[in-house]
Amino acid sequence: MSDDAILEARGMRRSFGGLIAVDVDEFHVPRGQILGLIGPNGAGKTTFFNLLTGFERADDGSWVFDGRDLTGKPSYRIARAGMVRTFQIPKALSKMTVLDNMKLAAPHQRGERFFAALARPLWISQDHAIETRALELLDWVGLADKRSDYAGTLSGGQRKLLELGRSMMTAPRLLMLDEPTAGVNPALTETLLERIQSLKDEGMTVLFVEHDMDVVTTISDRVVCMAEGSIISEGTAREVVSDPAVIDAYLGRHRRTAKLATEGRADRDDHGEGAGT
Amino acid sequence: MDFGQILTDGLRASIGINAAAFALAAIGLNVQYGFTGLLNFGQVGFLLVGAYGTAITVDRGGPLWLALLVGILAAVGLAMLLGIPTLRLRADYLAIVTISAAEILRITVASRQLEGFTGGAFGIGGFAEAFYDLNPYPTGRYGIGDVSFNHRTLWLLTVAWACVIGGALIVRLLIRSPFGRVLRSIREDEDAARSLGKNAFATKLQALLVGGVFGALGGIIIALDASFTNADYWKAPVTFFAYTVLILGGVASVFGPVLGAMIFWFFYTGLDTLLRQAIKQGVFGDVLTTTDTGPMRIAFVGLALMALMIFRPQGMLGNREEALVDER
Repeated sequence: MSDDAILEARGMRRSFGGLIAVDVDEFHVPRGQILGLIGPNGAGKTTFFNLLTGFERADDGSWVFDGRDLTGKPSYRIARAGMVRTFQIPKALSKMTVLDNMKLAAPHQRGERFFAALARPLWISQDHAIETRALELLDWVGLADKRSDYAGTLSGGQRKLLELGRSMMTAPRLLMLDEPTAGVNPALTETLLERIQSLKDEGMTVLFVEHDMDVVTTISDRVVCMAEGSIISEGTAREVVSDPAVIDAYLGRHRRTAKLATEGRADRDDHGEGAGT
Repeated sequence: MDFGQILTDGLRASIGINAAAFALAAIGLNVQYGFTGLLNFGQVGFLLVGAYGTAITVDRGGPLWLALLVGILAAVGLAMLLGIPTLRLRADYLAIVTISAAEILRITVASRQLEGFTGGAFGIGGFAEAFYDLNPYPTGRYGIGDVSFNHRTLWLLTVAWACVIGGALIVRLLIRSPFGRVLRSIREDEDAARSLGKNAFATKLQALLVGGVFGALGGIIIALDASFTNADYWKAPVTFFAYTVLILGGVASVFGPVLGAMIFWFFYTGLDTLLRQAIKQGVFGDVLTTTDTGPMRIAFVGLALMALMIFRPQGMLGNREEALVDER
């Protein structure tokens, strides 16, 4: 399995003060598949994402992406290597048009260099090609008619779609989506999931963090579950969901309370502690 | 009251040296703050190093071209010195460092220990003649009626406004390029830019540097006009005037700083004449005397700035829709 992993991480650690946020011995993302990363709130999923994409510094650990060691590299270099992420709360560039949001993301732009920027003929034909690609992708995410609107006027769901399209502009090889459906209405969620699935059909590898179990079971080939910073289970969605360790992590005391209740001995002391889970 | 006088004074100032110099300083701030979101609260520091770099080089026997180059390179050096340690940090650090650096520079050039070099509290004079020696205009006065300048000022005005127009055109090219797109993306959300493979740090440093060079040009022009520079002039209000010019003209609009500078100096100077006349005629009784006109018009600048933010946040040439996009 690990021969065909596009991303392999080892010994990833990160703590905040005394709290160990991430402690993952081994993690790999199989090439060409959709891997779901699940876990209860505070399990360290987003922090783990941040470590892998260079948005937070790992205390320890190393990771190799497609044969390239990306350990400790700055975030923009990791993105350029082909590992591109989105954010839990979408980062639309509000005071830029939807089309400019898309065009920004294209890699290797000649006109991004200071002096070249002053000489329009050096980059204008490339810019036209980028615009064509951007319009195609806007069509793909269903935002084509919003192209000249400021991104700040989009709804939460539309911003998620914009982020997905924008990430695709970078021509990534591994797409990392942090809760792609959070706060998105059901109709848009369906569109989003369809789009993600179609990416896989085109050979893209997708790693996504998700809370919604329905979403996870619908689109993921494999699932990894984190709790308290570590990986506690991995396998197919069905295997992971029925893993007692996973059920424990998600339901914690609720489960015990429920069990006790069925036995007719509901314990009043447990109510308070279970409430926040 | 002589409204003709008020008008001619205002008009002369609106196309005068200060208008051109502050247009340049504001063009620099526009690149930094308007397009990239960098909070440079020490723009006056860049004007200062430009002025002193030029003055000291000539004072030490250097030729004019070298002096101008030194003034500009001093701004580049200052941008690197301030930018490299702070631009990796949160945005507020740059604001803190720039405002303090400008103060440190001002106090340093005035220090007694550097008297042989910077002239200390007395400053440096007599460095502008090399510039005026190149003057192609014959001796005389040029202009229409009272809105006129002598041949020396006209020569400096020609060069200064050429810099302003050239600067605005350069900014226009930059902003409409992919580079400008990266600048704006950093202003909107630096993390998003980085997640898309943009080197935010290097781009911010470039923006700080370009904005600083425009500031230095403004400083050089002010110093050439006075043929003299000392530490007293380069105080924080210079930075805030430049911000006022920028906001008045329109943040993130290419020609906003130019129009903003003209309007600002029209009113700032016209108001001075108006207040003086009113005080002389006893309009304010014993409450105000002619020495109060300086503080009074600075108070008016603050008032105007507040009114602008409330009633016209996009300034004269800014894009209202863009200014009001909800930032979530």
